[in-house]
Amino acid sequence: MEWSILEQYGPSLLRGFGVTVLCWILGTIFGMALGLVIALVQRYAPRFVGWIVQAYIEVIRGTPFLVQLFVLYYGGPLIGLRLDAIPAGLLGLTLYGSPYFAEIFRAGFRAVPHGQIEAARAIGMAEPTIVRRILLPLGLVSSLPALVNFSIILTKETVILSIITVPELMYQVGRMSAETYRYLEANLVLALFFWVLVEAISRVGRRVETRITKHLIERT
Amino acid sequence: MQASAVEIRKVNKYYGPFHALKDVDLSIPPGKVTCLIGPSGSGKSTLLRCINFLEEYDSGEIRIDGQLIGYETPGRKMSGRKLREMRRSIGMVFQQFNLWPHMTAKENVAEGLIRVRGLSKAEAETRAAEALTKVGLADKMENHPSRMSGGQQQRVAIARAIAMEPRLMLFDEPTSALDPELVGEVLNVMKTLASEGMTMVVVTHEMGFAAHVADQVAFMEKGELVAVDSPQGIFHAPKDQRIQNFLRTYHERNSF
Repeated sequence: MEWSILEQYGPSLLRGFGVTVLCWILGTIFGMALGLVIALVQRYAPRFVGWIVQAYIEVIRGTPFLVQLFVLYYGGPLIGLRLDAIPAGLLGLTLYGSPYFAEIFRAGFRAVPHGQIEAARAIGMAEPTIVRRILLPLGLVSSLPALVNFSIILTKETVILSIITVPELMYQVGRMSAETYRYLEANLVLALFFWVLVEAISRVGRRVETRITKHLIERT
Repeated sequence: MQASAVEIRKVNKYYGPFHALKDVDLSIPPGKVTCLIGPSGSGKSTLLRCINFLEEYDSGEIRIDGQLIGYETPGRKMSGRKLREMRRSIGMVFQQFNLWPHMTAKENVAEGLIRVRGLSKAEAETRAAEALTKVGLADKMENHPSRMSGGQQQRVAIARAIAMEPRLMLFDEPTSALDPELVGEVLNVMKTLASEGMTMVVVTHEMGFAAHVADQVAFMEKGELVAVDSPQGIFHAPKDQRIQNFLRTYHERNSF
């Protein structure tokens, strides 16, 4: 192994890691937001809207992320959707993640005991208030472990963005390997970066979980 | 004769092919306690839940102080807004308490005052504190439900309902989920409410409570209202064979 090449490629790898983290954070935030909207639409919208949303979920979940990105980035211009690599990548991540997040939220909402919703209805609370004050806080808490889990999966999906030339970590590692033939070193660096990222996310996730479930767990 | 607080006329309810309520007629007198008793699955909880339209009845009428609930006219549903307005003055207490676990006792009680009655936070908290004091929980206001016994949780639930200053209180088996030693504290709060002249409808398996606190007892079986009578009449001189059987089973199960 020859680690000296890191001196030369270190800065670009770090930059790549920065882009990876940025794509992951924004993709996760937008994907979660869209997923939440989808889950609420499924719960409250009239049935035919629900069917449209369900079809969207089936299409996205039923096709590989790589194919979705190709369609978006190379097929998009055919319908006038011209995006740079990073915006295209972010949009791709958002669309790709949203149905999974939506399913997580849906399950989280279902975990809220119906009686607690009824108790709110019984005192005359309006449905939007019930969502905001009861359903969301309780549903999000029970969704949290699955949300963290899927966010971690999403970190690793970001490497696919390299295919559409998003200059994230995988892209930089690919460039370094191609130029130096040091495949092992390059990919070990990649693995290390991802391990650090994933470890950080899961630690933060666990702490948040402990904090917000403090009052929800029955103590005897 | 005084007008009824709740007037139930020819109410029918179906779950698919299952006929859950069969032409039920019942008048709930104001300021009195009415207990609904009967075997499991007899429709008493369903009937109670129809009174605040948590359960939709299919035909017949239920009037609260003369006003039809759930429907504008028979067959035409009432707007959500109007239904919510009617529900404001009907308190409900559930078997499973149904407190909101992410809020303290005080927040549970204040929530409806703030979000439904539109009171300021300070005003709502003052009233919540009063209601909690009334049910004997002055020292538990800042506790979350997870830190309370079932009996305490149910008393918070009662405080949550009475803080809204309802004209009518519905109790759906309020003590059935409690350990036996915690039943008394909840029944005592209910007795106090009754003595203050609250109109109450109580679905219960506590025959002692029904016998001693109720002003009238309604017996249901298989979706039918079999009899409405004084507690004396139901428990000591039941005319109907079905009531006699129910009470015999009850006594056998509770004797030792």
